[in-house]
Amino acid sequence: MIPAAFEYYAPKSVPEALTLLDRYGDAAKVLAGGQSLLPMLKLRLAQLGHIVDISRIAGLDYIKEERGTVRIGAGTTETTLERSELIKTKLPILVDTTAFIGDPLVRNRATVGGNLAHGDPANDHPAAMLALGAEVVIKGSKGERTVPITQFFSGLFRTAVKPNELLMEVRIPVPPPRSGGAYVKLERKVGDFATAGVAVQVTLAASGAFERVGIGLTSAGPTPIKAAEAEKFLAGKQPDDATLQEAARLAAKATSPVADRRGEVDYKREMARVLTVRALRAAVARAGGR
Amino acid sequence: MSMHTISVTINGTAHSAEIESRLLLVHFIREVVGLTGTHIGCDTTHCGACTVLLDGEPVKSCTVLAVQADGRQVTTVEGLEKDGKLDPIQEGFIQEHGLQCGFCTPGMMMTGYALLKRTKRPTEAEIRHAISGNLCRCTGYVNIVKAVQYAAAKQ
Amino acid sequence: MAPKTSAEIGGMGHSVKRKEDPRFVRGQGNYVDDIKLPGMLYLDIVRSPYAHAKITAIRTEAALKIPGVLAVITGDTLKQFNLHWMPTLMSDTQMVLPTDTVMYQAQEVAGVIATSRYAAADGVEAVEVDYDPLPVVVDPFKALEPGAPVLRTDKKDKKDNRIFHWEVGDRAATDRAFAEAEVKVLQDIYIPRIHVASIETCGCVADFDRVRGKLTVYMTTQAPHAIRTVLALVAGHVGLSEEKIRVVSPDIGGGFGGKVPVYPGYVIAIAASVVIGKPVKWIEDRMENLQADSFARDYHIRAELAAKKDGTMTAMRIKTVADHGYADAAANPSKFPAGLFSICTGSYGFKNAFAEVDGVYTNKPPGGIAYRCSFRVTEAAHTIERMADVLAQELKMDPAALRMKNFIPADQFPYHSALGWEYDSGNYAGALKKAMDIVGYDALRKEQAAKRAKGELMGIGISSFVEIVGAGPSKHFDILGIKMFDSAEIRVHPTGKATARFGTKSQGQGHETTYAQIVAEELGIPAAHVEVEEGDTDTAPYGLGTYASRSTPTAGAAGAMAARKIRDKAKKIAAHLLEVSEEDLEWEPGKFSVKGAPQKVKTIQEIAFAAYTNHPQGMEAGLEAVSYYDPPNLTFPFGSYICVVDIDRGTGEVKIRRFVAVDDCGNIINPMIVEGQIHGGLTMGMAPALLEEISYDENGNVQGGSFMDYLVPTAMETPKWETDKTTTPSPHHPLGAKGVGESATVGAPPAIANAVVDALAHLGVKHIDIPITPEKVWRILKEKGVAE
Repeated sequence: MIPAAFEYYAPKSVPEALTLLDRYGDAAKVLAGGQSLLPMLKLRLAQLGHIVDISRIAGLDYIKEERGTVRIGAGTTETTLERSELIKTKLPILVDTTAFIGDPLVRNRATVGGNLAHGDPANDHPAAMLALGAEVVIKGSKGERTVPITQFFSGLFRTAVKPNELLMEVRIPVPPPRSGGAYVKLERKVGDFATAGVAVQVTLAASGAFERVGIGLTSAGPTPIKAAEAEKFLAGKQPDDATLQEAARLAAKATSPVADRRGEVDYKREMARVLTVRALRAAVARAGGR
Repeated sequence: MSMHTISVTINGTAHSAEIESRLLLVHFIREVVGLTGTHIGCDTTHCGACTVLLDGEPVKSCTVLAVQADGRQVTTVEGLEKDGKLDPIQEGFIQEHGLQCGFCTPGMMMTGYALLKRTKRPTEAEIRHAISGNLCRCTGYVNIVKAVQYAAAKQ
Repeated sequence: MAPKTSAEIGGMGHSVKRKEDPRFVRGQGNYVDDIKLPGMLYLDIVRSPYAHAKITAIRTEAALKIPGVLAVITGDTLKQFNLHWMPTLMSDTQMVLPTDTVMYQAQEVAGVIATSRYAAADGVEAVEVDYDPLPVVVDPFKALEPGAPVLRTDKKDKKDNRIFHWEVGDRAATDRAFAEAEVKVLQDIYIPRIHVASIETCGCVADFDRVRGKLTVYMTTQAPHAIRTVLALVAGHVGLSEEKIRVVSPDIGGGFGGKVPVYPGYVIAIAASVVIGKPVKWIEDRMENLQADSFARDYHIRAELAAKKDGTMTAMRIKTVADHGYADAAANPSKFPAGLFSICTGSYGFKNAFAEVDGVYTNKPPGGIAYRCSFRVTEAAHTIERMADVLAQELKMDPAALRMKNFIPADQFPYHSALGWEYDSGNYAGALKKAMDIVGYDALRKEQAAKRAKGELMGIGISSFVEIVGAGPSKHFDILGIKMFDSAEIRVHPTGKATARFGTKSQGQGHETTYAQIVAEELGIPAAHVEVEEGDTDTAPYGLGTYASRSTPTAGAAGAMAARKIRDKAKKIAAHLLEVSEEDLEWEPGKFSVKGAPQKVKTIQEIAFAAYTNHPQGMEAGLEAVSYYDPPNLTFPFGSYICVVDIDRGTGEVKIRRFVAVDDCGNIINPMIVEGQIHGGLTMGMAPALLEEISYDENGNVQGGSFMDYLVPTAMETPKWETDKTTTPSPHHPLGAKGVGESATVGAPPAIANAVVDALAHLGVKHIDIPITPEKVWRILKEKGVAE
């Protein structure tokens, strides 16, 4: 319940934060909303000497659209995302997703950046970002770089963000007309991590066939999973039921879930399949298909 | 630095103290400032008994560091009553039997209070959704929903 | 039934707004962790990661170096005072702190005393303990096998892991009835371990005053007097004397049975305060609460029903293995090691029944009845109500029709059950009929048939339960020898207001309101003018506390009896004031008037004033009375619940579409409060049915030991409960009232389990153990070939 003692810094600017991270490296952790880090500190699962709180840095909290790209500042809270008119109109899949993160109180503090940077395959935004084909902007004292989301997650609690870097922004291409997305999550109760979660973002051609499909899976392996085989299978096909069922089968095949109280491996894998069908149906419907 | 001097405004009054950086906001409120209406019910950020408003937004104060509230406004249950008059949310909980043991009640009311600031006439579904981060073992939630609806009608 | 008093007086039947609420809604409650005393120290506890291990070393140097850490208390420290072991409320023994062996994961191993909560936590992390793991016993059946490791090696000559064997009923007659039966059904039912998880965890502030030699303990306890006496008996040898022990139960954030047992943390805090001479606070955190405090259920039941082909139940036979953890610390009445499990014949007129329960030791925390269960009535009701459906399914009978056929008829009360209870009153058919009308049972069955034809899964589950509460008559009921009466002491002041103190202790049930309403009912003093106090052993009359829905049946009755004694004296004073004889007076709430001359009247307020200013010569002044009420019987509330579920064929999720609860608790003091108890109880019935479970792997590691995995329902998982009532008064209770606090926790789980099984019965499913998780359902759907 009570964390071990640590040194705490609240830099007022990004350069200041980066200087601190350069200095303390592995012994430091970034604190933003704290809804993942503080619970770990309270259970003394993580014992870090130095906490760098970036929530006082102005200008990390924004949602804007620029030249066909939606840019979300890493410090944007989930509640802000949930209430954003821009997100509701341009990226409703993220409204689905954020509504499944924790509970309304947690969402008032939790940030989009944190949900990605934590590197937890059980967090919900990663799957949606995979489905959307997002990119992540990372900054260190040596400069800024952009990493495609497909290269962002490298292992359990490991991402492309180095210990002396900050995740700054998520960039999502605005989906073209005839696009739709949905995030479906099976949880035992509100606030739980997913037993299975599936994000689907599609664009349909004028014929109604799949022009672009993105499928991301939550709690399906050591990292968030992109169901690449299923995506490839759907390209160019009509969204009839048999096609969706086969895609879902392929998506489930790509999972390697861990057995725990939420379910055995076979149940979780099967739930990935069931939810993929449901997410596909919802995404297609939102895209104006069938 | 592991000791910090902070100033947190709670229910309109500034409170300054030198505290450890690891001090949780809920402990600052309860033990440093002495306002014990905010409660602790778990250790994994689930129960919401510790809910307070931080700059107007309901948050779980067990999962906020006191240092993070430096320079900010906190509202606790003790700040609901104004000049001896109960807030409609407090009246609603009494009138609709929205509490039994009273332990989850302050957190529940802070969440309900914040909801009503944004949504004038929330539906039952909206209320249940808003309080889904606050656990109650006694009431089964039915009368808590009614309490918030009572307050909505009264405000 | 219309209330007898006006709304202004607020006697029985009025939904008086709660008198305790003004402080709670202002955040001015006084819970144990709110208490801050000068010089107060903090206790935090080092706990074992192993379920069974020898302690080979405890090193405290690093902990003692931490600023603020004052002391580390171990079993060896307490052994000097012979306080390292303590008795349980079932006359077993359990460790306060071990001197050589730990017996369950999360067991208390050492106590760290520090000047701050944070330093104490740091101290706990710094204490080093070396363990030699021992073989772990988690399966109670394996624990009973010859050759299993004997766990209670502290008991001389103990050669096995048996705790008790208890049986009730006529085994031979029951076996004969089974041998002759036309139809027999058998079902194994496992009711897993759960934890009550009140939002407030357990804790205390122990404050030993060296100068006065007085120990005050502020404690989360549902039974303060029993605790006081136990402390005096257990620690008398270290100088604690009962008249110098004060136990104060302040505001309690939920009890439900979890705050009855004496936990090691309390004893360590008390010992530390006595030795150090300063107040010591101990507040457990949630994981400690879930992993070490008293659990509930963990019954492995083999149930059988015998019946005629026409559905008449003829006999019941039950064999249960009860997993008690490493000590029998369930706070049952002493003659009932399996609690009131023998209510398992339920609402039905069984001529023959036999039940036996074998208690077993395992490497798990001790306990057994701490979750709103009325002493194992949840287990009993789950068994009979599940079996009624099992039988109905076997006979292809509608479950409502089967129940109606077998209910004890309303004109057969008091009813003597085959297992020895005298049910005071009941109308089971009436409650079921009402529930069926409200839910629209026939239409639902039609809907189910139509849905089934389309492959949709919908179920209707019934639970027609009987409860047994109000322990209890002194002939049979005691805890550690203390009889289970309860008490009320009422004093009316000169200005006509009253103070009323009781031996029970509310943890949210609203006694400050309902007991005031009892006084209002009997004396006509407005409930608003009656100040109710509970929980301070220095002032409250001796009582056994609040649990097992006993308060209204015992202390509530005592309140009525004490008030009637006062009314008897008031009548004498009124006669004196009005200069008539007592026979000339008639009573209506709040006043005595002269028969035939209603303008000649004295109000209770005027009488109260006269009791101090103008009492009759030869009579003592004052207007007060005490009653220690020994109930002549228990009370038997009952109800019928109907649950409608829809099952998601893809995920196995069970959605409760509707839940109708018709309850009968006799005459009702405060309808608003009773309804609130039902809402809460239903939620605590749904939770074990669908969500909650504490389990252990083969190494004794607990699963579900935090709110991450112990799934307490939120407002989103909880349906909108529909409640109604019938009223069948208790013939023996002074107010015709029965208890009600646990009825819904008893009745709801089988209604839900029955609904899910009903949804799948056409596929051949006969039974599913709770919690009915989506995965369990999905596996069945998959096996039956109907998964999406």
